[in-house]
Amino acid sequence: MDVLVEHAGLYWWGVLTTLQISLYSGVGALVLGTIMAGCRVSPVPPLRALGAGWVTCFRNTPLSVVLFMIAFGLPEIAINAPFFWFGVVGLALYTSAFVCEALRSGINSVSTGQAEAARSIGLTFGQTLGEVVLPQAFRTVVPPLGNVFIAMIKNSAIVGAVGVGGDLYSAGVQLTGSLGEAAIPVLIGVALGYLVLTIPAGLLLGYLERKVAIAR
Amino acid sequence: MSALYDVPGPRARRRTLIGTVLAVVVLLAIAAVVIQRLAAQGQFSAEKWGPLIDPTDEAMPQVWALLIGLGLRNTLMAAALAVVASLVLGTLIAVTRLVSAPSYRWLVVGVVELLRGLPVVVLIFFAARALPEIGVELPNVSRETNTLFYLVIGLTLYNMVIIGEIIRAGVNSLPRGQAEAASAIGLTRWQGLRMILLPQAFRTMLPALISQLVVILKDTALGFIISYPELLREAQIIVQTTRNPLQMYFVVAVIFIILNYSLGKLAEYVERRLSRARKAPATPAAPVPVGAGQATAGG
Repeated sequence: MDVLVEHAGLYWWGVLTTLQISLYSGVGALVLGTIMAGCRVSPVPPLRALGAGWVTCFRNTPLSVVLFMIAFGLPEIAINAPFFWFGVVGLALYTSAFVCEALRSGINSVSTGQAEAARSIGLTFGQTLGEVVLPQAFRTVVPPLGNVFIAMIKNSAIVGAVGVGGDLYSAGVQLTGSLGEAAIPVLIGVALGYLVLTIPAGLLLGYLERKVAIAR
Repeated sequence: MSALYDVPGPRARRRTLIGTVLAVVVLLAIAAVVIQRLAAQGQFSAEKWGPLIDPTDEAMPQVWALLIGLGLRNTLMAAALAVVASLVLGTLIAVTRLVSAPSYRWLVVGVVELLRGLPVVVLIFFAARALPEIGVELPNVSRETNTLFYLVIGLTLYNMVIIGEIIRAGVNSLPRGQAEAASAIGLTRWQGLRMILLPQAFRTMLPALISQLVVILKDTALGFIISYPELLREAQIIVQTTRNPLQMYFVVAVIFIILNYSLGKLAEYVERRLSRARKAPATPAAPVPVGAGQATAGG
C-alpha cells in the first residue's frame, strides 16, 4: 500500500489530467452533439442524413479505432498537433454521437400534442421550441446525457492508453511498468482515482434527476 | 416526424427546398476541400491503397489474411467468449441481488457499483498485470492464449455487472402477479425465478442484451493494449510495413461499422417483433431502457 503514499503526486496529476481531458472533450462533445441533434430533427433531408450518418459511424466504431485514425492518420495529411489534443478531439467526436442520440430521444419524447397546442395558440417556431418543447425535452434528457458523460470520463482512459499519457490510466501503466511496482496496490490506487471522479458525478446526476423529474 | 413541425405548407416546402440546396452545396464544398487535401498529400495513391484493394498487388492476400483470417477471427472469438461468460455471470449476479438477504445484499451492490465505476481498459490492463502476479495463469499455453484469457476476464468483469443490471431490470419490469402466482402454486423464490421470471425477463430484455453485444464487440478493440492479436492490433502491425495508417484504420473502422450496424439492426428487429407479439395485455410496468447500455457504456 506504500505505493499510494509514495506516488501520491503521480496519482494526483493523473486525476487532474483525466479531469482535464474529460472537461475539454465534454464541452466539445456537447457542442458537436447539439449541432448534430439539430441536424437530425431538422426538416432538411441532407442535414438529417448527415446527422444519421454521423451517429452511425461514431457509435459503431470502437473509440480506440477513432483515436488511431486521428492520432496516426492526421499527421499523414500534414495536420500536426500535440497528442493531447488529438486525444481530446477523438474522444469529443466519439462522445458527440451519444450526446446527439440522447438529445434527439429527449426531443422525440415530447408528445406531438405539446407542439401542436403551442402552434395553435399562435406561437412562432422559435417560441414553440424555446418555451414549450426544449424545457420538457431537457428534463428527459438529464439521465441519459449524464450517463453519457460518466461513460466519457471512463473512456478518457482509452485516450491515455493510445498514448496521451499523464492521465490516471497511464499513471497505472507507468507505476507497474517502468517503476516496477506490484500491480494490485497500484490498481487499488487507480480504481480509487476513477471512483473519486465517477461516484460524485453519479450522485450529482441522481440529484439533478430528482430535481428536474416530472410526473407524466 | 418529430413533434416540432407541422405538415409543411407551400411556404415551408419552399424554405425546406432552399435549405436542402444550401446544405448540399455546403456539404459538397466541405467534402471537396477534404478530398483535395487528401489528394494533395497523396492519400489516394496506389501505393497507399494497393495493399488493401488492388488484387494485383502482391501484398493484398497477405494483408487480408492477417486482417480477417487472424485479426477479425480473434476479435470475434474474444467477443464470443466474453459474451457467454458475461451472460452466465450476469444472470448469477442478477439472481443473487434479487434473492439475497438484505444483510449481505450490500456486498453484491458494492461489487456491482465498483466494477461499473471503472473503465473497461483499466480492468483489462490490470487483469493482464495483476493475475500473473498472484499466479492466475493458464499453464502450458502460448502467451497469445494467455492474453486472450486476460482480455476475456477484463471484458467479462465489466460487462457481467451491466448484463446483470439489464436482467434485474427485466425481472423488475414483469407484473407483480407473475411472482405472486409462482409462490401461490408453491414454488420457492429460486424456482419461481428460474421457471417463471427469468425466461420472461430474458425475452423482454433481448434487444438491450443484443445492444450490449455491440459494446462488447467494440471493447475487444482494446486488446491491443495487452498485445492480443485482434483486428486493431493486426492493423497496427501491418501498418509498420505498408505505411498507410489512414487507409488501414479506415478499413478497420468500416469493418467494425458493418458488424455493429448489423447487430444494431438485429436488436431493432427483435424489439419490433417482441412489441408486436405482446401488443394486447401485460405491458411491462416500467418502460424498458432499450439501447441504454449502448449509450452508457462502451469504449
